[in-house]
Amino acid sequence: MADRVVDDRPTALRWLAAFGHFWWEFLIGDTPELFIGAVAVIGILALLCLQVGLRTAAAYLAPVLVTLVLVASVWWAARGHVS
Amino acid sequence: MNLLATTAPTGALVLVTAVFLASAVEMVEALTIVLAVGVTRGWRSALEGVAVAVGVLAALVALVGPPLVHWVPLSALRLVVGGLLLVFGLQWLRKAVLRASGLKAKHDEDAIFAEHVAELNAVPKATGRDATAFTVAFKGVFLEGLEVVVIVITLGSTSHPSRLGLAAAAAAAAALVVGVIGLIVHRQLSGVPENAMKMGVGLMLVSFGTFWSAEGVHVAWPGSDLAVPVLVAWYGLVAWLLVTALKRRAGQPAPGLASAGGPAHG
Repeated sequence: MADRVVDDRPTALRWLAAFGHFWWEFLIGDTPELFIGAVAVIGILALLCLQVGLRTAAAYLAPVLVTLVLVASVWWAARGHVS
Repeated sequence: MNLLATTAPTGALVLVTAVFLASAVEMVEALTIVLAVGVTRGWRSALEGVAVAVGVLAALVALVGPPLVHWVPLSALRLVVGGLLLVFGLQWLRKAVLRASGLKAKHDEDAIFAEHVAELNAVPKATGRDATAFTVAFKGVFLEGLEVVVIVITLGSTSHPSRLGLAAAAAAAAALVVGVIGLIVHRQLSGVPENAMKMGVGLMLVSFGTFWSAEGVHVAWPGSDLAVPVLVAWYGLVAWLLVTALKRRAGQPAPGLASAGGPAHG
């Protein structure tokens, strides 16, 4: 079997794949924990804000949660898991 | 509805600073590539590549920005764009912290310039228009500029009232300033405090990202827009503590933020 891979997908599909690949690299790349963490932070805030009385408290919680995501990612990298 | 109208100058100042710094950083990287192309392959095709890339980037802002502002509800826009900025900003800030603490090699424009020159010299020169020079210059400016376009569109379109024009003007001003400085210092872009600027951009993107994504899910910020500089200060403190802790762990002295030296690029 030859090793060469021929991409015979339609042009539109190839463009779509390239577009998806660009956004994947742009948003996730080698730090998926930051993407997952940011989504989790927004999710937690959204749940809190379902109760109108907690909307101001959520403002104080937001930077704390984001900080936890950053510290966890930096710590992970510092331990040599990520370049 | 809120105090945005009265606190607008604060938000505008932070926005302009964030866009200007981000654009300047990316421009330095693009300029390194363009200078390498111009010096090794000649300026005509290199500058044509730059002009086409700038035109495409400007068209992107003009085509994507206004429809976002006019047709997408502000709270939905802030949620999506805020989330985007948050992820993007966290990536910048994480990298800046790792570089400042010496755990990641710093971006060295001199080394990158030498690398590009060696690569370009290895490709035989064409007579007339140089496709290699055009393509490398186009790709360099377009890819570096794409991040600026995302920042301009996201920061500009989510402000209320929309500050898309202001954000685009700040990016254009940064491009102009870096371009002029580049012409003057020629090849000495390593003198630009790029790593410290990246730390600043990361801080602001994370702050805007936190602010807008939270607003998108109806978080009530005390002081409205005034929360943005407070967030910048908070994340600045966090970044400084992280750099100090990582340096101490590695047995290095703990100087100011983003001031550590280091060879190579990354």
